[in-house]
Amino acid sequence: MNFKKILPQLLTLVVVILVFGFFSYNAQVNMENRGITFGYGFLSQESSFDVQFSLIEYDGSHSYFRAYLVGLLNTILVSVTGIVFATIIGVVVGIARLSNNYLIERTAAIYVEFFRNIPLLLQIFFWYFAALRALPLPEKAEPMFGVFFLTIKGFFIPAFIWNNLDIFIYSVIAAIIAIFFVRSYAKKKQENQGTQTPVLLISIGLLIILPLLSFLLGGVDASIEIPVIEQLSKTSFTYKGGLKLPPELISLALALSLYTATFIAECVRAGVQGVSKGQKEAAASIGLTPNQILKLVVMPQALRIIIPPTTNQYLNLTKNSSLAAAIAYPDLVLVFAGTALMQTGRAIEIVSITMLTYLTLSITISIFMNWYNKKIAIKEK
Amino acid sequence: MNKLNFLSLDKNNLYAYLYSGISLFSLSILIVFLNSFFSLDLTSFLPGTISYFLPLIIGFIGLHLIRIEYSGLKFLDIINKNINTNKFNALLSLLIIFVVIKSLPPLLSWFIIDANFTGDSKDACSGSGACWAYIKTWFNRIMYGMYPNSEQWRINLSFISLAFLGGVGFFATEKFKKYLTLYYVIIYPIIAFLFIFFFISGGPIFFDFSYGIIAAVISIIVGFFIPSKFKMYYFLIIPITIYILLKYVFFYEVLIELGKIQAFEWVETGAWGGLSLTFIVSFFCLIFCFPVGLFLSLGRRSDLPIIKYISIGFIEFWRGVPLITVLFMSSVMFPMFLPEDMFIDKLVRVIIAISLFEAAYVAEVIRGGLQALPRGQYDAAKSLGMGYWKMHIFVILPQALKLVIPGIANTFLALVKDTPLIFVVGLLEIVGMLNLAKTNPEWLGFAMEGYVFASIVFFIICYAMSKYSYNLEQKYKTER
Repeated sequence: MNFKKILPQLLTLVVVILVFGFFSYNAQVNMENRGITFGYGFLSQESSFDVQFSLIEYDGSHSYFRAYLVGLLNTILVSVTGIVFATIIGVVVGIARLSNNYLIERTAAIYVEFFRNIPLLLQIFFWYFAALRALPLPEKAEPMFGVFFLTIKGFFIPAFIWNNLDIFIYSVIAAIIAIFFVRSYAKKKQENQGTQTPVLLISIGLLIILPLLSFLLGGVDASIEIPVIEQLSKTSFTYKGGLKLPPELISLALALSLYTATFIAECVRAGVQGVSKGQKEAAASIGLTPNQILKLVVMPQALRIIIPPTTNQYLNLTKNSSLAAAIAYPDLVLVFAGTALMQTGRAIEIVSITMLTYLTLSITISIFMNWYNKKIAIKEK
Repeated sequence: MNKLNFLSLDKNNLYAYLYSGISLFSLSILIVFLNSFFSLDLTSFLPGTISYFLPLIIGFIGLHLIRIEYSGLKFLDIINKNINTNKFNALLSLLIIFVVIKSLPPLLSWFIIDANFTGDSKDACSGSGACWAYIKTWFNRIMYGMYPNSEQWRINLSFISLAFLGGVGFFATEKFKKYLTLYYVIIYPIIAFLFIFFFISGGPIFFDFSYGIIAAVISIIVGFFIPSKFKMYYFLIIPITIYILLKYVFFYEVLIELGKIQAFEWVETGAWGGLSLTFIVSFFCLIFCFPVGLFLSLGRRSDLPIIKYISIGFIEFWRGVPLITVLFMSSVMFPMFLPEDMFIDKLVRVIIAISLFEAAYVAEVIRGGLQALPRGQYDAAKSLGMGYWKMHIFVILPQALKLVIPGIANTFLALVKDTPLIFVVGLLEIVGMLNLAKTNPEWLGFAMEGYVFASIVFFIICYAMSKYSYNLEQKYKTER
């Protein structure tokens, strides 16, 4: 331990402590002047504001904490939707960019260059204020396949009405767990005895049979409810029944997935290009079929390159979903850091809770992806 | 059986296949072309669905007939190799060609043929196309925000002179090349700041910042005479001391009086906006986030535990939260942390917030470059007796930064694309301004034109940046 090592650390520490001290001292003084006491007790108070779209039951008589949950669930909903669609589009476009067909390669390249060079916020505005506003009014909407109605007030789709939904969900979970066991058993069997088990066939069978059993034996019952047009007043129409996806959700999910897909496409392309040609040739020379080469040789190596940057893109998408506030989609930022903050005036508590929530979401995703990444990493013996 | 095989290639009638294939392929394109440009329906005599798919079927058969390996015709080989390698590819190529032909006429008519270019009110836009008169009328606002019209020359002049000063590097002779880094890293930002502060904002001639500049200049001049052993401590203590002395002891009264003198009319930052604000915010954030990120990345790799963990915490915090909450924090939470009489301008708060946010990303990118360097570089530098700073400035950073040019360029691009978010605190750059113009009762219903215009502007900026970074990457590429 010498002087030259301690001094910079000490100075940094002193500066950091001074800054924090300065801030918290001022915060204390300011809050005293305004007559606010620091605390999270307000979370259980009645919120008395309404939210347009929520996944759980909510109205003004519920607490602020419930409002927080509503916002959080809406954020998670749009992030998950965005991640799913972005992955699908991204993988397709990424593979299209590797195509030896000039037209396909160019189309994919133009899509990538165009959508990633335009700010996400602008894209959200475009879909919400320009593109979706050109849709027809509810009374003039043409049904797609007879049951889907795409209107300016949102996308109306048929909904399932379930009896004993929980039993159905349990059966799906049971099927997934069973598939997991089958897979690990098949792997062990192949390592020990060298015989292969038709894992895919068994998995699909399990995924169909177990939920089917729940229908036959568990008393699960589902019927479909189709949206029907209803007149609210002389000029105003809407659809009753079924499920309504608000235009905010559609435009946000659309913009998020189209924007993030361009980055995922580049990750996929880099990953597949990163597998050296020799690997494919070696696999072909020991007699693997093209499908086997893709599944057993190229993909495992490409995934190792693809996954870390793609994780980053998932994180970005989740964080970017907070742009929802710009088009009034009731996500965490709008409901909690917007409306609730305006009503209570508790800036420090609410902003800190919001930031902590996003930190937790980010860290959760990155822990999960790190685990997956470690699982598929090269195991050196 | 042989007779049924008429679609496959036969050596004897190669040219028959070629001619029939090419004519079928051209016919299919002609049908779609006539249909989309002149609304002539050549296939109307067929029942609905077949008529719809006929071009696709004809084209598919045509491409199938001309799919010949090494035909000896150069043009044909190029087509086969690029769009016609197998049945699936042929189908996709046809679909893409047809979609392009089909979508060209509506796009062209919206953009140019049916569009209105002249006029200054909504009534001028009666056509079915775009209303570019809307952009024309609002052009001033889109570029300069609410900045007073008579003062806009100040913005133009500042940007033009800054562009010229920035272009100095291209004209520098060999003799001055070595000073360019110093110029771009220290002198140019200061000049830019002074331009923005005096010209665009119309700030007072003597302001708080000038104490800092005086203090820095004095201490650097004196610093040359200090033995290098004490230099670090000298530069840690003296500038701040001089600053405090100047501000609170020597010139306190005098400078307050001088501080009231202004050369230009004061325009508050709330009135700034449009594309010029996009440039100002991105420019300063770029300048500030880079050094902060550099120090953070060095801090994260340092072997001094306190500095290391503070850097890690700082980086991970900023990387974990969305920019919009950071801006929320800077607008609603940050004022709570300041003394009541202290006020920091909205624009300054935003620039600091975005800079710190992006600095965390820059830090991670640079860390990637530092990690990619082999240990031998560090050991070699140390064996020559270099200290920590000397080693990093002369050996490590030049190599590491070269490696991470694409990453840094991506971060900078992300920064430029993030600037529209400042609408959260009420600053309206180009996108925000268009959103405002769209709600004007006299100009309702032109959202599409506005967003298309802004998209084109951003596309040009970002595409140019990414191409420039690619050139830079190629230029500094070294074999390793």
